[in-house]
Amino acid sequence: MSTVTASQTPPGVMARTHVVDPATAVARARPHTTLGETVSQTLSMAWRALKKMRRNPEQFFDVTLQPLLFTAMFAYIFGGAISGIAGSAGVKAYLPLLIPGIVAQTVLTTCMATGVQLREDMEKGVFDRFKALPIARIAPLAGPMVADLVRYLIAAGLTFAMGLIIGYRPGGGAAGVLGAIVLAIFTGWAIAWIFTFIGTVARNARSVQGISMMILFPLTFLSNAFVPVKTLPGALAAFVRVNPVSHLVSASRDLANHGMISGEVGWTLLAGLAVIAIFAPLSVYSYKRHI
Amino acid sequence: MTTASVSATGLVKAFGEVRAVDGIDLEVQQGEIFGVLGPNGAGKTTMLRMLATLLPIDAGEARVFGVDVAREPHRVRQLVGVTGQYASVDEDLTATENLWLFGRLQGLRSANARATARDLLAQFGLEEAANKPLSQFSGGMRRRLDLAASLITRPPLIFLDEPTTGLDPRTRGQMWDTIRGLVADGCTIMLTTQYLDEADQLADRIAVIDHGRKVAEGTSDELKTSVGSSTLQLQLADGADQHLATQVVWRVVGREPVLTPESGRMNVPLETADGAGDVLIGLRQAGVTITSVSVAKPTLDEVFLALTGYDAGDAGQSDESSRNEPLVEAR
Repeated sequence: MSTVTASQTPPGVMARTHVVDPATAVARARPHTTLGETVSQTLSMAWRALKKMRRNPEQFFDVTLQPLLFTAMFAYIFGGAISGIAGSAGVKAYLPLLIPGIVAQTVLTTCMATGVQLREDMEKGVFDRFKALPIARIAPLAGPMVADLVRYLIAAGLTFAMGLIIGYRPGGGAAGVLGAIVLAIFTGWAIAWIFTFIGTVARNARSVQGISMMILFPLTFLSNAFVPVKTLPGALAAFVRVNPVSHLVSASRDLANHGMISGEVGWTLLAGLAVIAIFAPLSVYSYKRHI
Repeated sequence: MTTASVSATGLVKAFGEVRAVDGIDLEVQQGEIFGVLGPNGAGKTTMLRMLATLLPIDAGEARVFGVDVAREPHRVRQLVGVTGQYASVDEDLTATENLWLFGRLQGLRSANARATARDLLAQFGLEEAANKPLSQFSGGMRRRLDLAASLITRPPLIFLDEPTTGLDPRTRGQMWDTIRGLVADGCTIMLTTQYLDEADQLADRIAVIDHGRKVAEGTSDELKTSVGSSTLQLQLADGADQHLATQVVWRVVGREPVLTPESGRMNVPLETADGAGDVLIGLRQAGVTITSVSVAKPTLDEVFLALTGYDAGDAGQSDESSRNEPLVEAR
């Protein structure tokens, strides 16, 4: 695809017309990137990540299969037990509790892939060029994360879709569900900074995967994502109550099931912003030092 | 007097115990091709990466057109283009997409970035491959694309790390022409190479690096004179004649031969191959018997032998070899 405009010269004609002048170049060289440049560079890096996603569609397996599989699996296995009602009525009663939980879990799993892929990417020669270019150091990290918003959207959207198919009827209506999706995407993006940081410090992609798993499992399972907090022993319940994932899950339930913007939404946003404030600078610092 | 493109004093980079770059001073003038010659692991790439802001500088100071590399890396990055030893382009994108992305990242508008990409691809003879995946590119095409990617903003200084390693002779010649073209446009080039031939063909001045230190610097001619334009290799019949033979060589050509005492071999650097006859006649008159003789062109190994006193191949015994002073130290 090539859009040719009138002002452009034919190929080859431009060659050899620029004569390089060091003094001008030195005078023009600026000490820092501006905020506008940083945003534009981040979007260019996001474009690159999206191109790569389109060429490697297997990257979408986790965000498509996991929501479909986990939603159905958890609903039918735990539905009866947790709601205390046998059969399909039990499953249906469990869904309002489960679906927001699954959304949180799949979005978090998607975050983990962000770190692993960044590490793989950093091994490649092209990252040398990104480092040598006069661009904001955060752009190569934040770019792929912006592209990953698409993956969070797919993961969260499919989970709700699957829920609807097996009988979930969200009381909050379309607006509530949409709110829950947006909140999940924001939280996913925020928490992805933790995994991006791990991506910049770990030795290789495999160890990123290992470390991330160790963080991810307690974070998702030691939350109220799949079971009510009141069924848990005291010490565990205490952790579950402060776990940011629990806040996300509670907030999503309030939004999707009741169309209510509760205080949990505020806590979730606060936790997300805190994670970004800590891990974004750490990631950039570690990326600068790397190799 | 214009500012030097690169000026470095006492550059040091240590990886744990190993000092990969161990106190190098450099001065590269504007508009010249400066060659950094040395064997694998000499510290060439490490030095280049430090100058290109890709590695922190442990000690010493470096400036690019007067801009401090450690203090103002972002400004330096606007002045240099870097083409690495391994292709630093994105394997998952096409050639056009790569150049477009690098253009966008450096502030070109989308249409402008596309036009620049097309011009560069034309200039480097890659038009037909413009939209092919990089996996279909040959080694030479990749190198050219890599170099093209360094030229998007027309930086006045370009670092080339072993630009022709692994290329066939024809492609190598094309790369040399391209590099000369860049200098004609006003660029300064600093390149590393393992090939004496390449440094000879391209570089206005050459620094020879070994074990992280600069062992010699000068024009190609100056370096060659230091090792002779050809080498007379002699095998003495009796190792005990070595002392006498050394005296004869010194008297005839005014140079000290490089000795291998165990095997009774000696290498005599010569300015011209004619000198070989004079040495042989001198030895005959002094009564030194030789069992074999050959005349060879100096190789990178011999430059190393002459400059450092040991083979480029077997590194390690550099300390005892300091008897050979750097022959063409910076004037």
